[in-house]
Amino acid sequence: MYTQGLDQSGRGDSAKSGGESKEQLDAFQARIDAEEKIEAKDWMPEAYRRTLIRQISQHAHSEIIGMQPEGNWLTRAPSLKRKAILLAKIQDEAGHGLYLYGAAETLGVSRDQMVADLLSGKAKYSSIFNYPTLTWADIGAIGWLVDGAAIMNQIPLCRCSYGPYSRAMIRVCKEESFHQRQGFEIMLTLCRGTEEQKAMAQDALNRFWWPSLMMFGPNDSASKHSAQSMAWKIKRFSNDELRQKFIDVTVPQADFLGLTIPDDKLRQNEETGHYEHSEIDWQEFFEVISGNGPCNKERMAKRRKAHDDGAWVREAARAHAAKKADASAAA
Amino acid sequence: MTDKNVLAAYATRLGDNALIIGQRMIELVAAGPELEEELANANFALDYIGQARMFFSYAGECEGAGRSEDDFAFLRPEHEYQNLLLVEQPNGHFGDAIVRQVLFDSWYLALLEVLTRCSDEGISDIAARACKEVRYHLRHSSQWLVRLGDGTDESHARVQQSLNDLWKFTGEMFVPDDLDDEMRSAFNGPHLEVLETQWRADVAAIVAEATLDLPDDQWMASGGKQGRHTEHFGFLLAEMQIMQRTFPGATW
Repeated sequence: MYTQGLDQSGRGDSAKSGGESKEQLDAFQARIDAEEKIEAKDWMPEAYRRTLIRQISQHAHSEIIGMQPEGNWLTRAPSLKRKAILLAKIQDEAGHGLYLYGAAETLGVSRDQMVADLLSGKAKYSSIFNYPTLTWADIGAIGWLVDGAAIMNQIPLCRCSYGPYSRAMIRVCKEESFHQRQGFEIMLTLCRGTEEQKAMAQDALNRFWWPSLMMFGPNDSASKHSAQSMAWKIKRFSNDELRQKFIDVTVPQADFLGLTIPDDKLRQNEETGHYEHSEIDWQEFFEVISGNGPCNKERMAKRRKAHDDGAWVREAARAHAAKKADASAAA
Repeated sequence: MTDKNVLAAYATRLGDNALIIGQRMIELVAAGPELEEELANANFALDYIGQARMFFSYAGECEGAGRSEDDFAFLRPEHEYQNLLLVEQPNGHFGDAIVRQVLFDSWYLALLEVLTRCSDEGISDIAARACKEVRYHLRHSSQWLVRLGDGTDESHARVQQSLNDLWKFTGEMFVPDDLDDEMRSAFNGPHLEVLETQWRADVAAIVAEATLDLPDDQWMASGGKQGRHTEHFGFLLAEMQIMQRTFPGATW
């Protein structure tokens, strides 16, 4: 899945400087401009490091929390084939979380610290996962729209200036595009099914359309840290550019499915070829990212419970490993 | 029963065990103690669901009545499911789930190994594939049992309790019924009493390494293979079957 609102949390972090000299910063920028990859052991400005830690860890957290809304339908999946596909998808997401945490660790932060920040509420995850999955069609809509939006964001990240992140994203993107096609295929099956199934698909689109558009983050005019991220080639396109690209690709897909995008102002501009749309309800977006979405509390409660319930298990594993180490040292 | 009917019934029973343990493991998604464990759990659950699909498809083929894997999985009444009571037990805590896995997989692996040599190619092919998966699952869950048993006082006590609580569901694994006998005589299927000796030795070794005690011989629950389940099972089925029951005949 995807991290969003890259400039939504920890505001001000990237503005802090690590006391670098102008020469260092210029030399660093020259490497970026030459499209060189920055590697873990290379010198980098502190703000670059912090921006990446925030972005990559948010991305990892999103993968982990994103397992919940989809997991909600695992036990009720309507066929064994769908159950297996969904399970494989969720497993992929856990895997994405794992190697994204790994990529962030190369920047000098531990996974334990990142997890602690998630559990304490300090770190954010994508707002989309705070929406409920109410019907089976939501699993299709998430694959089609949410993974679709994620891919729009992540394809450029494959060329991100930070090597470990860009390499992780190449792997993630391959799996995400698979997920997106599977989601679309669920929608297609529903739309070719009974009236009830088609209504279920339309209802899912109605509920997930706007939250999916919000995944790209605030409008460019309100996005404070985009310019620096662009200069560092962490980010390659603006929020609005990516959102527009997503809409332009997705509207014809909805037409193909015979579904209606829930926006009565949506129309194609004949000159530009782009679709124009209604204003996004940014009030809702800011409510959700500040903790007031439909499922924020439930998502965090479940994650904290899993962590707390696992404490004795992790402790046992550490104790056993220590005993083993003692025994082999004594031998 | 005709040979085909024996195969259909036996494959259904194998599919039931795989499906129900898979379904229980699916309930654990996003609730694991570590991210690595999330991956392992989902991966193993996926293996079981895959095995259930193969067994049910084969059952449908042998039966010849046009039933699909989903008909077997979702559209039977409770008393037609013949899984062991052990696999339908609620997940409890991580130690409970691990003990359930160890007890089941050590039996299931031994059974599958015999089935790879049975005289029906359909069953033996699926068993050969499943064997590779289950061997790995068992190694994983056994390692966890050792960590938990040997770890801290708390983990030791918890997992000993899990073992004591679940032990009563192991008896029915080794009590043959007519179907087991027919599978054995017609297709060189497993001899459950022989399997029990091997299982006891395997489990005793893992339990000893985990510094745990094998529970004493005790009253054993049974009925799974006859379709008489525990109270938990109806809820599992209600949840699993809801879509197929609510929208009969729909394609997904």
